[in-house]
Amino acid sequence: MKNESFIPTFNWQEHVVTPWRDELSVTLWIVLMAFFVITSCGLIGNYLILRRMALVGDAISHSVLAGIAGVVVFTGGLQVTGLFIGALIAGVMTAVLIEIIYCYSRVKQDAAIGITFTTLFALGVIMINLKSGQVHIDEECVLYGEIAFVPLDQIKIPLSPALIGVIDGFPLASQFIKGGQLVVASDVLRMGIVMILVIILIWAFYKELLVSSFDSALAYSLGVNAKVVHYGLMSLLSIVVVSAFESVGAILVVAMLILPGATAHLLSARLPVIMGLTVLHAILSALLGFHLAKWLDCSIAGALVVAAMGLFLLAWIFGIHDGFLGKWMRKRKVREVFPEKIPEPVA
Amino acid sequence: MSDQKEKPPVPLEVHDLTVSYHKRPVLWGVDVEVPVGQLVGIIGPNGAGKSTLIKAAMGMLPLDSGWVKIFGGPVEKNLKRVGYVPQRESVDWDFPVSVMDVVVMGRYGHLGLLKRPQKSDREKARECLEKVKMLPYADRQISNLSGGQQQRVFLARALAQESDLYFMDEPFAGVDAATETAIVEILQELREQGKTLLVVHHDLTTARHYFDSLLLLNMRVVAFGPTKAVFNQDLLQTTYGGRLTILSEVADAVSSKAR
Repeated sequence: MKNESFIPTFNWQEHVVTPWRDELSVTLWIVLMAFFVITSCGLIGNYLILRRMALVGDAISHSVLAGIAGVVVFTGGLQVTGLFIGALIAGVMTAVLIEIIYCYSRVKQDAAIGITFTTLFALGVIMINLKSGQVHIDEECVLYGEIAFVPLDQIKIPLSPALIGVIDGFPLASQFIKGGQLVVASDVLRMGIVMILVIILIWAFYKELLVSSFDSALAYSLGVNAKVVHYGLMSLLSIVVVSAFESVGAILVVAMLILPGATAHLLSARLPVIMGLTVLHAILSALLGFHLAKWLDCSIAGALVVAAMGLFLLAWIFGIHDGFLGKWMRKRKVREVFPEKIPEPVA
Repeated sequence: MSDQKEKPPVPLEVHDLTVSYHKRPVLWGVDVEVPVGQLVGIIGPNGAGKSTLIKAAMGMLPLDSGWVKIFGGPVEKNLKRVGYVPQRESVDWDFPVSVMDVVVMGRYGHLGLLKRPQKSDREKARECLEKVKMLPYADRQISNLSGGQQQRVFLARALAQESDLYFMDEPFAGVDAATETAIVEILQELREQGKTLLVVHHDLTTARHYFDSLLLLNMRVVAFGPTKAVFNQDLLQTTYGGRLTILSEVADAVSSKAR
């Protein structure tokens, strides 16, 4: 009997259909937020993986705490813009400090990353302690995030009545219109803008990112400034981490920086295709993760990562490199190519 | 030809160049002036600073002293006229790009910011792949290539750069005889076109056949001049510090030269 209450029975109607029909104004924002976060993190993460810098994302997502704490200590407030700028500074500072320690001492890069982010994280904790009497920062929320609260923070966007009419024409859309204005979850709007920024920047600087990730010496000889590309990427990473931070939390941001890209890398050996697969992974893990959380009634952020991990496992098992599909394709190729080419052994 | 105008600027001029790693000098007071249209071999023992010289000449490393001029101007200004072939091991061959993608990278120097490679760039890349006999592999993922094929791809990329001065770091490392011959032919062809090439090379026995000039390097320039003039036992002994195994190799090389 106890087993039954541990894992609730899955109910299609209750766990999949109802959220999209009766609770659309909640479901849509959560799933969209998840999709935006995973896509932004995943696309940037691809470059971190290619540059063997996966842990820098980890570092930046932790030291951002120091930035947030710093802003609280020095301005005494929790304004969103201030926090954003503080966290951004902390993120870029992390990248710079890692580079300084690595270049000017004998310490290797991975150790330099370890020194930098633990120190900044610790500084953040101390600063929060100093101010704990006046400001409340929920450390738990910082680490785990609470994507379920995303729909609560709303802004109203006034649109022309004609446009509102068009939107109202869609089924179920009336839930998003109040008093002739479009109601949008502000966090989702912000994350969407960040995602578009990420896509535009990667598209615009595709060749600079590609050549400096593949061959930094060649990039230099072509006149591509690898340092500028590096710090540009780190700044963008900081922006993404800070924006994603409060919705999925620091630990889960780290997961989403690596999992989508790692999954896509198992399925393709062409960067543009990998980028596309990363977005596909984001769509699937956002949907699967959300419904998994509905079913198990658990943390949405946690379920998102479990879903992303599930997709990674599937890609591993069936992928072109190590999976069944790859083995099958290689075998077929060998059969096609070899019969004529191998000379018969002369006994 | 050059009589009509002033003397054209020297492709590479290095003066009193000193470079160090962790306060230990790797290059010391290097003076070199490479004339146009030369195929120069850079020869020296391990740790002699051969790769360092190339990187320093391209401005990739901080200099302790001295200066470098490329085509008579500062390095940054004329970097666009420089092509570079790094050591093969310096890149990750599992990187998710095709052979074509890598060669097209050579064209990036000709493209402005925000510009994408055009059809003409792909056409050029195809030509260069054809030259190194790698065109049938254009769509392959680079991790499926052998060492010799990787080196040919790097060479094709250098050709696609259409530079006037080339630095190549051990293009013959780990390639088979056929590839080595093919690469040498292409290098000589580039020389005929008036390009200037500096090539780090390890094999003494082939060095004197491949290159017009040799730069014997061991922290300092031991000798720089036409191969015939500098490829002798005395200078090689000075370069390699008179180590026994090397000495016998040199003796072999010199005796085979006499034959």
